[in-house]
Amino acid sequence: MPSIKGAAAIVGIGQTEFSKDSGRSELQLCAEAVRAAIEDAGLEPADVDGSVTFTIDPNDELNLMRSVGIREMRWTSRTPFGGGGSSATIEHAAAAVVSGVADVVVVYRAFNERSGRRFGQPMAGPPPPAMNWYLPYGLDTPAKAYSLWFQRYMHRYGVTNEDFGRYSVVARRHAATNPNAWYYERPITLADHQASRWIVEPILRLLDCCQESDGGVALIVTRADRAKDLRRPPVTIQAATQGNTIFGETIFNYYHDDISRFPEAEYTARQLWETAGIGPGDIDVAMIYENFSPVVFYQLEAYGFCGPGEAKDFIADGNIEIGGKLPVNTNGGLLGEGYIHGVNNILEGVRQLRGDAVNQVDGAELVLCSAGRSAVVLGLG
Amino acid sequence: MPHVVSPTVDRDDEFFWNGVKEGRLLVRRCAGCRRLQHPPSPMCPACGSLEWDVQELSGRGILHSWILSQHPSEPDDMARIVALVELDEGVRLVSNLVGIDVPEVENGLLLEVSFAEVDGIVLPQFRPAGGGA
Repeated sequence: MPSIKGAAAIVGIGQTEFSKDSGRSELQLCAEAVRAAIEDAGLEPADVDGSVTFTIDPNDELNLMRSVGIREMRWTSRTPFGGGGSSATIEHAAAAVVSGVADVVVVYRAFNERSGRRFGQPMAGPPPPAMNWYLPYGLDTPAKAYSLWFQRYMHRYGVTNEDFGRYSVVARRHAATNPNAWYYERPITLADHQASRWIVEPILRLLDCCQESDGGVALIVTRADRAKDLRRPPVTIQAATQGNTIFGETIFNYYHDDISRFPEAEYTARQLWETAGIGPGDIDVAMIYENFSPVVFYQLEAYGFCGPGEAKDFIADGNIEIGGKLPVNTNGGLLGEGYIHGVNNILEGVRQLRGDAVNQVDGAELVLCSAGRSAVVLGLG
Repeated sequence: MPHVVSPTVDRDDEFFWNGVKEGRLLVRRCAGCRRLQHPPSPMCPACGSLEWDVQELSGRGILHSWILSQHPSEPDDMARIVALVELDEGVRLVSNLVGIDVPEVENGLLLEVSFAEVDGIVLPQFRPAGGGA
């Protein structure tokens, strides 16, 4: 059976600045990021023959083509579940180039998520029917919906908001030396975190939340054999998967037997380790999707970087910092750099393997990019 | 009084809201294998049946998790406790917890259902079991 392992590569990355008000259209952000990624790869727009984005991305494929100058495309696909599907975009692109249905695939995500529609704001009615179980009772923001999940984790393992704050401090510390980051040159202390206002008491404070941002990002994926001839050293895809499980939900994930765990991420972990032939101890850098800080705790445990309930100690002991056992979200993550729906974290994974990240981890050879319910392992060779 | 977003009833959950109007807490049950399914689905994932009926729940359960839902920067009197209730029949349901002060709330509390009109919408609401009126 053909394997995805090492058969596809990320050969270009591009982005706009990340801001609170881009001052231009979402399509322009998209076109700028895509064009930058194509140039980074040393390709021309006419080389692109496939695209992948999120189902909820506002940028239509045909509008992208006529903006960027992509002449013909024979593969398009979109990934479900919002940010949870952010790493699935790489899986789609890799599957397309390895199977031969496309040669050069652009992955993109661009939006004005701060100056335009903010995901963090309360949903107004009328709700889609699936929201009937939640919205009438007051679960009208992602922060509230996720917190009903997080509270069980805190209860089960005796985790406090201060424990979450220790992740938040690390994310801002990494962001503080990243010129692309909203928190550039603005590290925070645990006291700052604890002084920030409650968003959902007693679970999340303001500084536990990602940075709603405007911006665009893009990556170019092609076959590994073709990648060797391109401008940049190829970053290979060692494994890519999704983690969809029966009775799971995206935001309202309340129905698994044990909601102090993250079965979707446990499933992605099993598949990644098997495909890549590695284990958690082999990962040099972990880019972990975090719309809210507790999601990092669930995922550290799901991937076996530490045991159930041990994430608070793993973080407090300094393991996730630059120079630690497993540096996490070295760009500052979605809390510190910006929230381009998780795809900006994959760009950072590529930079770590190229060796040109601002917070470079020496000798990084394997990077996990996990969005919980989708994930990839990137490597060299 | 909190602002309640009215449900958009569809074919798969109409039974539930009809039950609420009658003061009954209903869950979808497969007519083939009697499996309970919440949130409901149009097909039974265990036996594939498209035939289903409903079961009235006891309305008793325990508090599995909870949050305080209120405006994050302007705390007001519209705060509500949102509860994830594990019902005795093994079904988990999101609702509100009423009749208790926030400092008294803890996971594992025994709860029972009541029905109340909130902002013009009748909703199932849970309160500590045996707590009287």
